[in-house]
Amino acid sequence: MLANQIGYYSLILGLISSIIIIPISLKNYPHNNETIDRKIFSLSFFQFFFVLVSFIGLVFSFINSDFGNETVYNNSHTTKPLFYKISGTWGNHEGSLLLWLLVLTFFIFLFLVKSKSQPKKYRILTLLFQQTIIIGFFIFVLKTSNPFNYLFPTPKEGMGLNPILQDPALAIHPPILYLGFVGSSVIFSSSLAAVVQGYISKSWANHIKIWILISWFFLTIGILLGSIWAYYELGWGGFWFWDPVENVSLMPWLSLTALLHCILVLEKKTILTSWTIILSISTFVLSVSGTFLVRSGILNSVHTFANDPERGLFILFFLFFLIFLALIVFFMFHKNGNHETVKINFLSKETSILINNWFMMYFLSVVLIGTLYPIFLEVLTNEKISVGPPFYNKLILPFLVPFLIFMTFVPYLKWIKSEFNKIKIDIILLFILSFIVSILLFKQFGFESLMISILIPFTFYLFLITAKDLLSKNKKNFSQKVSHFGFSFLVLSILLNSIFSSEIIINLKEGERFSFQGGTITFHSLEENNGKNYKSIIGNFEIYDDKNQSIKLMPELRIYNQPSIVTSEADIKTTLFYDKFLVMNSVKNNEYFNVRYQVKSFMIWIWISTLILALGGFLSFTKRLYEK
Amino acid sequence: MKNKILLISLILFICFCLVVLFKGLNNSNVYIPETTNKIIKEFKSRSLFSDDEISSEKILVNSDYYILNIWASWCGPCRKEHPKLMELSKNPSVKIIGINYRDNLKNAKNFVKKFGNPYSVIFVDTNGIISIELGAYGVPETIIVNKDKKIIKKFIGYLDDKSFKELNSILK
Repeated sequence: MLANQIGYYSLILGLISSIIIIPISLKNYPHNNETIDRKIFSLSFFQFFFVLVSFIGLVFSFINSDFGNETVYNNSHTTKPLFYKISGTWGNHEGSLLLWLLVLTFFIFLFLVKSKSQPKKYRILTLLFQQTIIIGFFIFVLKTSNPFNYLFPTPKEGMGLNPILQDPALAIHPPILYLGFVGSSVIFSSSLAAVVQGYISKSWANHIKIWILISWFFLTIGILLGSIWAYYELGWGGFWFWDPVENVSLMPWLSLTALLHCILVLEKKTILTSWTIILSISTFVLSVSGTFLVRSGILNSVHTFANDPERGLFILFFLFFLIFLALIVFFMFHKNGNHETVKINFLSKETSILINNWFMMYFLSVVLIGTLYPIFLEVLTNEKISVGPPFYNKLILPFLVPFLIFMTFVPYLKWIKSEFNKIKIDIILLFILSFIVSILLFKQFGFESLMISILIPFTFYLFLITAKDLLSKNKKNFSQKVSHFGFSFLVLSILLNSIFSSEIIINLKEGERFSFQGGTITFHSLEENNGKNYKSIIGNFEIYDDKNQSIKLMPELRIYNQPSIVTSEADIKTTLFYDKFLVMNSVKNNEYFNVRYQVKSFMIWIWISTLILALGGFLSFTKRLYEK
Repeated sequence: MKNKILLISLILFICFCLVVLFKGLNNSNVYIPETTNKIIKEFKSRSLFSDDEISSEKILVNSDYYILNIWASWCGPCRKEHPKLMELSKNPSVKIIGINYRDNLKNAKNFVKKFGNPYSVIFVDTNGIISIELGAYGVPETIIVNKDKKIIKKFIGYLDDKSFKELNSILK
């Protein structure tokens, strides 16, 4: 009760502080001294502090199961474990927006404190742009998604959190993803401020790179966690489904990855300025579009939350307001002429990074079209379609080949101009080696698709080259080598996973046995068990493979009491080279269970390689802090 | 000049996207599972204003259509849709049956006294079992049943103008 009140009023105080910052900043802006008014710091701190108090208030309401709060009522239950009571705070629309706001206000405060070496006018302008976003979100939260709505009379029990959201990976997935999304808002504001000030320069690039690295790191980890969750919890036995909501997080990532490469050039030479700005803007715009698509309920997907058109309308208009604001600033203030005139050779890092950008933009457009096309089609022709993996495979795989080839030699290029006079013998050897390995694989297994047969040798080659770089004694650009190695490893794992995975779907009842090529599945018995807020039925399965080795797998069906939902928990045995994945589902009014057994090769390497990819970003970030 | 053309075409394109997304928002995407054509099973409970136990079999007679409305006094959206139910109750060929979901009875009575009573009868569903049996997802929910006790349409969430129109077109 009290926590609820405090939370609500604290949120309003937060909004008031955000509004007051604007006139004070405007007043401070024309002054020529280089220090920012201390009041701005304090207000920005208070803004963060009030939102923090408000957030903690909501967390307390969840912990105490205060069902007088509508959000708690809709998403919690007294029998839920404490961990999920807390994670339930952001597992719903209202709470997750409050979290957005919390991170937004925290980041702008951090920005102010950490940018003291930057020109004052640029800092204040960044603050002003950021405040526009913050106030927009404040109004959005208070007007359409107030997490502190009051219910009277207080219900005795809550509706419970959707059980598929009761998972450790998913509990931390949203906050981490938000750190990435919101980090991109700082990049957005800062680039607009830099455009207005004509400050798109090497020192700006150097300063904003840290924010790009932070966002990129968190976004990568956030996507990884979501993907792990989908694998374990949804029981579909895959890690990426091209589901619209997954795409929505992938799009800013692609744009941000392009930006990360672009900023490297800008750090060295004042070129590619327009590109950098466009990418900074598009990354954040894509993040907000993501919020719009997920929160408005315009998409049909496993994870759309809210279905309130009023909310969708607000974000839609806010999104387009931001786009127009960015366009106006870009076209009015950005002068293309002020960059260095450097003659760039075709074989140089600059050109190659530009080409990298074009690849990223291509992948991004494919994902964007795949995600939005169904919505557009439905509005324009009233036809309902869904775009699935074949679309993405067809459009992305062919372009992956040149992209991989390109990635093998680009890190060797020098700035401005390079020459290929010393082609090293070991590179050729690696190339031959990767072809031999691929041919051997091909002979042994025979790949079904032509595209994969072509992709395999190049992926191997890139993998070997990046591994060689990583192990070389030259530790220059070490973080880049780590990330590139992680990426090639990821592509390799995904390819091998798609080639070697197999699946069997059958209906079995207790005591039955099923033989298939390469083994047998025996369904021994069923057990019942009671969890804290669910009942479970556990199947005892034993699987013999062709070498007569057996493993026991015990998939579960959980029947949650509040809300009453049945989820199937897959049982997964992970080894270094494959995962054995078994999931069962009840068949209605029948003693038979639908059993799906999958052998997924190299699953764990997909997670590990993504971690390595993110680790590269993290290393680069810590190196920067260390250098400072 | 080139810049201007670019700017204008960009703005036109963005406006186009805005319009499409705006329209897209109005297309309802509420997923409604296929529960139609199911026959309502008998359920029994006490009624809100009298203490006798009543059976649905005795209530679901003598009308062309029945509207089962699951509601609760603590539910904000229920308040929002209430005037629509009041309007519907003027239609003589329809019988509106309330199912009061997990509610404090005193508050429920106050609610109907304050906002009007569109229901011909209100079942009390203290533990939520009736609603779960009916396949409800939450409150409010409106289920339209024809005279053969078959579910012909279900509205999850409160009745907005659009679903209200749709509802009326079914009843005609």
